[in-house]
Amino acid sequence: MAFFQMKKMILGWTFRTPVTTRYPFAPRKICPGSRGRLDITIANCIFCSVCAKRCPTDALVVDKANKKWHIDRLRCISCGYCVELCPKKCLALAGDHGIPTVTKDMETF
Amino acid sequence: MGTRTLIPFGPQHPVLPEPIHIDLVVEDEKVVEAIPSIGFIHRGLEKLVEKKDFIEYVYVAERICGICSFIHGQTYCQGIETIMKIPVPPRAHYLRTIWGELSRIHSHLLWAGLMADAFGFEALFMHSWRIRERVLDLIEATTGGRVIFGSCKVGGARRDITPEQMHWLLGELAEVEKEMRLIVDIFMNDHSVKHRLCGVGVISKDDAVALGAVGPTLRGSGVADDMRLLKYAAFGDLDFQPITRSDGDSYSRCAVRCAELFQSVDLIRQAAAKMPAGEIAVKVTGTPDGEFFSRVEQPRGEVVYYIKGNGSKNLVRFRARTPTFANVPPLVKMLAGCELADVPVLVLTIDPCISCTER
Repeated sequence: MAFFQMKKMILGWTFRTPVTTRYPFAPRKICPGSRGRLDITIANCIFCSVCAKRCPTDALVVDKANKKWHIDRLRCISCGYCVELCPKKCLALAGDHGIPTVTKDMETF
Repeated sequence: MGTRTLIPFGPQHPVLPEPIHIDLVVEDEKVVEAIPSIGFIHRGLEKLVEKKDFIEYVYVAERICGICSFIHGQTYCQGIETIMKIPVPPRAHYLRTIWGELSRIHSHLLWAGLMADAFGFEALFMHSWRIRERVLDLIEATTGGRVIFGSCKVGGARRDITPEQMHWLLGELAEVEKEMRLIVDIFMNDHSVKHRLCGVGVISKDDAVALGAVGPTLRGSGVADDMRLLKYAAFGDLDFQPITRSDGDSYSRCAVRCAELFQSVDLIRQAAAKMPAGEIAVKVTGTPDGEFFSRVEQPRGEVVYYIKGNGSKNLVRFRARTPTFANVPPLVKMLAGCELADVPVLVLTIDPCISCTER
């Protein structure tokens, strides 16, 4: 009987710990290989600007003259296209999403 | 004859997950006519092909819908690959099949939760979504994204599933299947659920075909029509028969989706067992020159992409006909003559995805 089935399920879960994470007391478990925040090892970057040219959301700006790499965190969709294209492999996606951004500033490296 | 009243339903309504507006003409408590209107969240994604090149557009195609995102990407890639005659490696086809079916499981579980919520069964809603979370974890571990998979690209797949990951995935899937049996048992046998679904919103086989219904809405009326029969991706190598029910009511449509949950688990197992080793992507050179209609089965039904290129890196024309758009005329037919209280349940039996429809 489905009626008893549901009652059994509900009663069973009454005495179990919740399935949801106790955030912020317990941090979220990060899945390996998850696409999160875009990180750059700026020491290896040659400022070729391939990433900026091919970024689907125009989140990246490369300043060749001053050797600066800028990212608009609110535009980046963590697709990983730049990571695939980077000739020096200095870009990588971190598993976590980083801290929330509150302003629309460009982050500079 | 009683007085006719016009009741606006949506685009903002507690039971609607998506912004569709329906003007309900009611006589007492009976709906005599339903007039739908869409266009509240149009984003003009089809026009974007003129700005994004054909490789970058995969990211946009995936974002047409938040639930069947992977299958949108797959349909687009399949279209481009056919035009450009790209030999996609067999392993990539299998990977796409596995992710497509995982996407179907998570979409159907999401629908099951929303449906339970629509007829006021809160506990069932929470259990459906609890199980869905486990499926989302599987998707995140294998593709890197929970909802936007981002693992499909023109020429193959972006990521591979390692043998260890596959072993873990199949183990988890067995657990998920066990848990799904519990909720499906309630959907199929519970008295109060049956009371809300049986005999409500009947659409005959002829009407469903004439009005162009697709997916579970069509199969719930007894038509064995499923785009997976076209043997795209790896479906040619898998043992697959569409699931149908003959009554054409809300219960039949619900039964089709519930049975498809287990069918998808079975298809993933078959694909995992037969998956060949080898490359997952080939290098893409050149630009698309030609046109193609790409047809793939989404959780909600058949999606049709029309893709036309002229040899430049931007496509000339792109058009997406999504399953919900095709299912709106059958919905209007179902609504005429139903009780006012059944409207939310009926709207949800077609599993509306308006963000797909609006593009």
